[in-house]
This record gives sequence, structure tokens and C-alpha cells, in this order.
Amino acid sequence: MSEENISSWLERLRGGLSKSSKKLTDGITDLLTKRKLDSGALDELEDILIASDLGVATAGKLATSISDRRFPDGISDEAIRGALADDIAEILNSVEAPLAVDLNHAPHVLLVCGVNGSGKTTTVGKLAKQFMDSGLSVMVAAGDTFRAAAVEQLQIWGDRAGCQVISDSGGTDAAAVAYQALEKAKSAGVDLLMIDTAGRLQNRKDLMAELEKIIRVISKLDPSAPHDVVLVMDATIGQNAHAQVKTFKDSVNVSGLVMTKLDGSAKGGVIVALAERFGLPVHAVGVGEGIDDLRAFEAKVFARSLMGL
Amino acid sequence: MRSTAGIQEEDKGSKTLGMFENLTDSLGGIFDKLRKRGSLRESDIETALREVRIALLEADVAVDVVKDLVAAVRAKSLVQSILKSVTPSQMVVKVVHDELINVLGNGPSDGSLSDGSSINISANPPSAILMVGLQGSGKTTTTAKLAKRLTERNRKKVLMASLDVYRPAAQQQLATLGDQIQVRCLASVLGEKPIAITKRAMQNARLEGFDVVLLDTAGRLHIDKDLMTEVADIRDIASPDETLLISDAMTGQDAVNVAREFNEKIGISGIILTRVDGDARGGAALSMRSVTGKPIKLMGVGEKMEALDEFNAERIAGSILGMGDVVGLVEKAQQVVNEEDAERMAKKMLKGQFTLDDMVKQLGQIRQMGSLEGLMGMLPGAQNVKQQMTAHNMDDTVITHQEAIIRAMTKAERRNPKILNGSRRRRIALGSGTSVQQVNRMLKQFKQVSSMMKKAGKKGNRGIAGMMPTIMPGLR
Ligand SMILES: Nc1nc2c(ncn2[C@@H]2O[C@H](COP(=O)(O)OP(=O)(O)OP(=O)(O)O)[C@@H](O)[C@H]2O)c(=O)[nH]1
Ligand SMILES: Nc1nc2c(ncn2[C@@H]2O[C@H](COP(=O)(O)OP(=O)(O)OP(=O)(O)O)[C@@H](O)[C@H]2O)c(=O)[nH]1
Ligand SMILES: [Mg+2]
Ligand SMILES: [Mg+2]
Repeated sequence: MSEENISSWLERLRGGLSKSSKKLTDGITDLLTKRKLDSGALDELEDILIASDLGVATAGKLATSISDRRFPDGISDEAIRGALADDIAEILNSVEAPLAVDLNHAPHVLLVCGVNGSGKTTTVGKLAKQFMDSGLSVMVAAGDTFRAAAVEQLQIWGDRAGCQVISDSGGTDAAAVAYQALEKAKSAGVDLLMIDTAGRLQNRKDLMAELEKIIRVISKLDPSAPHDVVLVMDATIGQNAHAQVKTFKDSVNVSGLVMTKLDGSAKGGVIVALAERFGLPVHAVGVGEGIDDLRAFEAKVFARSLMGL
Repeated sequence: MRSTAGIQEEDKGSKTLGMFENLTDSLGGIFDKLRKRGSLRESDIETALREVRIALLEADVAVDVVKDLVAAVRAKSLVQSILKSVTPSQMVVKVVHDELINVLGNGPSDGSLSDGSSINISANPPSAILMVGLQGSGKTTTTAKLAKRLTERNRKKVLMASLDVYRPAAQQQLATLGDQIQVRCLASVLGEKPIAITKRAMQNARLEGFDVVLLDTAGRLHIDKDLMTEVADIRDIASPDETLLISDAMTGQDAVNVAREFNEKIGISGIILTRVDGDARGGAALSMRSVTGKPIKLMGVGEKMEALDEFNAERIAGSILGMGDVVGLVEKAQQVVNEEDAERMAKKMLKGQFTLDDMVKQLGQIRQMGSLEGLMGMLPGAQNVKQQMTAHNMDDTVITHQEAIIRAMTKAERRNPKILNGSRRRRIALGSGTSVQQVNRMLKQFKQVSSMMKKAGKKGNRGIAGMMPTIMPGLR
């Protein structure tokens, strides 16, 4: 070790020590001047968390961890909620991950799935706009061959975003549409192909099998496709979100989540429990019905909003 | 992206889910533990009530509603008799269950149509029905379902109108559904505002002698002042006999806020719960009913136009408590099992003519009804069956294999399995991607089944009872 290195090393050591000694003295003063929260306050906090759909277990765990901590006398309610928001943000940090289009894939294929009415088609429209704005060429496939006017709806979104929409008028085979779309996307050399699918409840085995078929069929054209499988979830969802993620993940290997309708009064707290249980990235959040109402998921912002801050 | 997700995907397993598979089980465990410690004390009821609270919260019943419910249950628990009971858990469950039914109610019977759907329609037509709710809750689909129902069951002349000028292709969606169910849908005029459409719809209905006008509105957030005002204005123009809040059964804690706000701002007359065909516990129903005092009138049980049922408090209460849903099972079976087919099959059984072809058909039906696990989940006491199923490796793949085996047989073999010698069995195993052992096991099961069916047939069992044994032999 050179002399310079040694001195900087010593400095760091000294710094580290003073940090830990500060921790120690802080700890002692805390013990003398600060109190733990009383059980009434803790119950209240737990209720806030449950009322935001975190679920009994996750809410209980967070409340317990805060019950071990000491706070100065007369600390504001807001500050306590802030501390809790920090804890939640820590859980969510690891799942904060924007969608990334890999240009080595030709094209990058993104499959969008979820239960009925969760916001899939709208999200495809918003994403198309964002990726087009960032300079990528985008194509979308109308894989919802079931619901009335689903194709027309996506077509309007495609027009708004300015990208091509591949559909099969009158066709009922979603996998065939996806296959054709990938063929077209390949020959057109676009960067990103997004496939919209019909809403389906996860307990419908037959419909889940249909989704699996879409994947089987497109992977014939590109064994690595789809490169992303995004599950779109509505922020009003309760504890059934667990079953949703579990089943869709088992069935089509979901790679990430998007949560919509966060402009409402539902906070989508189940995301915290899902992050702990599945660790799936959360790519984006929907905050309105307009084409620009899609934001990157930010752990801290989300956590603070959960705590009403 | 995928590779990193792959690492994170590992399910860390959560104890929340499945822990309260059903309240009877969890309470049973608790009382057993308490008993081991000695006789039950009065304070033990509190332990049980804590469990009740958790079960309700896990079912998405709103926090405040849970508090009221638990208090009501506490008040109604006859502490002494529970403490002395041999089955205290069942007694607690019964008190809770009754309380849920009490809150959920079964809709008022006053002024309702003869079919019990409790939709009020005024004597002097046209009668307007206003459909409101959050985005994507199922308003448009339910509008068409209700139109079909009123047309077919109640012989009403129905006009539908879409007031959704916001969502892309919303008006076209309703028009397409109108074509499907052959119910008139007001033609849309480019650029026309919701208020104007409402006036035109009511006007047309009066002129053309429609009995009912169903007004499908755009999805809106209850906190969106402008849009809430808009729908209040629509209400004032249409003076609806029913203003129905369409709400998703999967909704979590926010259900109370949504229901309260819609009720306060526009005054709802009832609720229609959608996506009851899913596997959500449906606690939102309880929250909304309890906060508004308004009845849940109907429930959506699928995407198809006929998938609209009368509200059934028993079914929802059972689902909230995870106690199984026998009604639902029967209904689900009815959806996939064609009446005539069942009849024919029953006759065949009686004569002992149940063939492998019939078996493959049944397996297909079972698969259509949903996963075996889901199916079992609908039966009370299914916990034990589930355990047995795991013990016997009975799951959906078994069914898939059995189907594959039968499909790999020739017609002659299916008609007369006796000709299946060793080399035929080997061929079938190869053709179905299974093993000879699996083929043997399947044939043995088939034999058991057909003899059991003969017996069942003699006793005159039909329908579900006749169908279920096919998958059961593996469990015995
Ligand atoms: N307020 C709000 N509404 C949204 C958001 N995202 C979608 N919506 C609305 O939710 C409703 C349903 O959206 P869709 O995109 O059609 O949902 P979907 O999942 O494609 O529905 P299906 O294909 O029928 O299963 C529409 O009215 C959308 O405008 C959002 O972030 N905020
Ligand atoms: N499984 C199931 N799906 C349903 C049910 N009711 C509606 N859906 C589906 O839910 C999705 C949304 O339904 P819509 O009728 O478009 O919902 P909406 O409330 O009109 O939506 P907006 O007009 O965008 O607010 C569609 O995919 C429907 O097929 C139901 O009872 N069960
Ligand atoms: Mg869609
Ligand atoms: Mg609609």
C-alpha cells in the first residue's frame, strides 16, 4: 500500500468510527428522550396500511418494525408516516425498473396481459406513444379477438400514437394475429412489437391456455420472444392480486407489472406485498385516461402517496 | 430484462395466502390449541374474533366495516354455549356467516319484476336505468346483459344508449353488443355531448314506445368533480327509476370510498357486482352494501351476454369466508354440461354402457369447469380432498394425460377396452407421451368408474353426483 493510500484508508476508518460512535451516542440519547409508539397509535398505523390494500401480513410486519423504533416526544403524525413511507420505499426500491427495449431483438416483443378491464389496451396506446417519442419504431397487434370493438379501440390508440396496428378483421384466433404481426414486424424491421390481449380471469384455465398458445406460436418465429410479458393491474385491486400474479406468472412467465388508475383514490398498496412475495419489476403507473398519463414507477413517490404524504 | 426477472421471480412464499383457506379450518386450529391448554375461557372468544377479523380483511372487507362486523359478532356470540360446545369453531363461523347474510341481504322484494331481479321499472314508460361506475368496471357489458334480460325475460321493449363520448370505440362497443343480442341501440351522432344524447334517447323512446331506456355512461372516478357533475346532470334529465353502480368483485379497500361517493353525489338505487366468476373473495360487496345501505341486485358471472345472475347472498358470504360455493359449482357445471348430453350419459350409465369415449368427454368438461384445484375449492370440506389429491398426485396434468391416453386409442379399442393387450398398450403409451404404467392405471380407473356408475345409475343419481365419480376413484 502506498503512503497516500494508507492515509486515505485511515481517514475512512476514522470517518467510519465517528459514524458508529455517533450512532451509539444517538442511541443513548434516544433511549432517554424518545419513546416508542403506544399501541393505539400503532393500531392506527396498521389500519392505514390495511386500508391501502397492503394486506394483513405486510401491514403487520411494517407496523411491528416501527414499533421497535423510538421517536421524540410529540413527534408529528406526519413524521411517523414519513418513517413508514421510508420503510415501504426500501421494499419497493428493488422493483423500480422501467421497461427497456433491447434493440438487439428484431423486434423486441412485449406481450400485455391481465384480467378484464384492467387497462391493457389503454396502456399499450400510452406505451406506443412514449416509445415512438423516444425515436423507436413501434407496431402493435390487436390480440383481443373476443371483446366487442376491442380492435377498433386499439386502432384509435394506434392512430393517436402514430403507429401501425395489425389486426385480423373477423378472425378469432389471437395466436394467429400475434404470429402475423410478428412476421410483419420482422419484415418491416421495427424495433418494438406490442401485443394486446383480451382480458381474462386467472381462474379460467381455458383462457390461460390460450395465452400460453400465443407465446408458443410466436416463439416459433423467434425463440427468444416474447422478451417482456407485462401484467397490467388496476390500482383498485384487493388481495386477489396475489392469485393474479401467481397464476399469470406460472402460466406465461410474467416479467413485470404495470399498475393503472392511480389517479383515483385507490393507492394500490398490494404492490408492496407483491414486491415482497414475487419481486417482479414494476415498470410504470397509469395516472389518467390521456395518452400521456403514464409515469415511470418511483418507489419513493409511490410509498409516500401510500402514506398520504 | 427477462433474465434479471428470472432471478427475482423466485416465489419467496407468503404465509398470508392460503393460510386462511377457510375460516372454519383456522378457527378449528385455534380452538384445538386453546383446548390443549385446558378448558376454554371467556377471553378465548377474543382470540377467535381476532381470527375472524383477519379472515374478513383478507377477503377485502373494508377495515371499518370489519370493525362493525366483529363488534356485532361479539355481541351475538353466546359466549357460554360456544365455550361449552364440542365444535366451538363451527359455532363461531355460523354466527359470522349469519351476520354476513344479514348485512348482505337479498335485495328488496318490493316493486320488483316477477323474476326477482328487483329492477324497478315505472308503470308509465319510458323508464330510464342509469349505469354508473369506475373505468373498466363492466358497465357497457352489463348494460347489454341487462337489456337482454329485460327483453327476453320481462318482454320489455328496450333501447340502449351510450353516453360515453370519451373512451375510444365505446359507442361502437355497445352498438356491436346490441347487434349480438338484437336490442336497439341509439345511433350515435358525431360530436354529440352526453346530455344531448340523453335527451335524444328519452325523446326517441317516448316517440317509439320503448318501455326501458338503458343509459351506459363513461367510466369515471368518484373524485372527478366535473364528471360527477356531468352524471348528476344526466340523472336530472333522465329521472331514472334505477341508478345502478357497477362494481368489480375484485375491488379492495377502496370499494367503500367509491360506493359512498357515488351514492352521495348521484344517489344510487342499487349495485351490480361484476366478475363474480373470478376467484376473488368478494369482500367489496359487503363493504359497499354496508356503507350505502343499497341492495346488490345482480351479479355478473362471465363475459357472455347471458352471464348475469340474481344476487345470491349465500354465495358471496360463503366465498368471503372461504367456505366453498356449492351453488357456484352447480352453476358452473350447468354452463359446460349440456342438459341433453347429461341425460343421454345418465341413461348409458344405467345400462352400464359407459365407454371410454364418454370418459374423455367428461374429462374435457371437468377441464372446462376450471382447474381441479379451483373445482375442489368450491366444495365445503375440500381441504381434505385437496390433501388426498396431492397424496395421489391427482392434478390437472393427470386429467390431461388421461385424455391423451384415450385419444391415442383406436375407435375399436375405445368401444371395447378388453382387446387392449400388451403391445397395444405400449403403442398407446408411445402415442400419448405417457408410460405403460399410466395407461394401465387409467384403464383400471375406468373399470372402477364404470362399475361405480352402474351402481350410481341404479340409485338414480344424476347430474353432478353422476359426474363427479369419474375423477374420484383416484381418491379412494
Ligand atoms: N382513470 C384512469 N383510467 C384508466 C387508466 N388506464 C385505463 N383507464 C380506463 O380504464 C378503462 C378500461 O381500459 P382498457 O384499456 O379498455 O382496459 P383493458 O384491460 O384493455 O380491458 P379489456 O380488454 O376489456 O379487458 C377505460 O375506460 C380506460 O380509459 C388510468 O391510468 N387511469
Ligand atoms: N369475467 C367477467 N368479465 C366481465 C364481466 N363483466 C364485464 N366483463 C369484462 O370486463 C371488461 C370491461 O368491461 P366493459 O363493459 O367494457 O367495462 P366498462 O365499465 O364499460 O368500461 P369503461 O366504459 O371503459 O369504463 C370487458 O373485457 C368485459 O368483457 C363479468 O361479470 N365477468
Ligand atoms: Mg383491451
Ligand atoms: Mg363502457
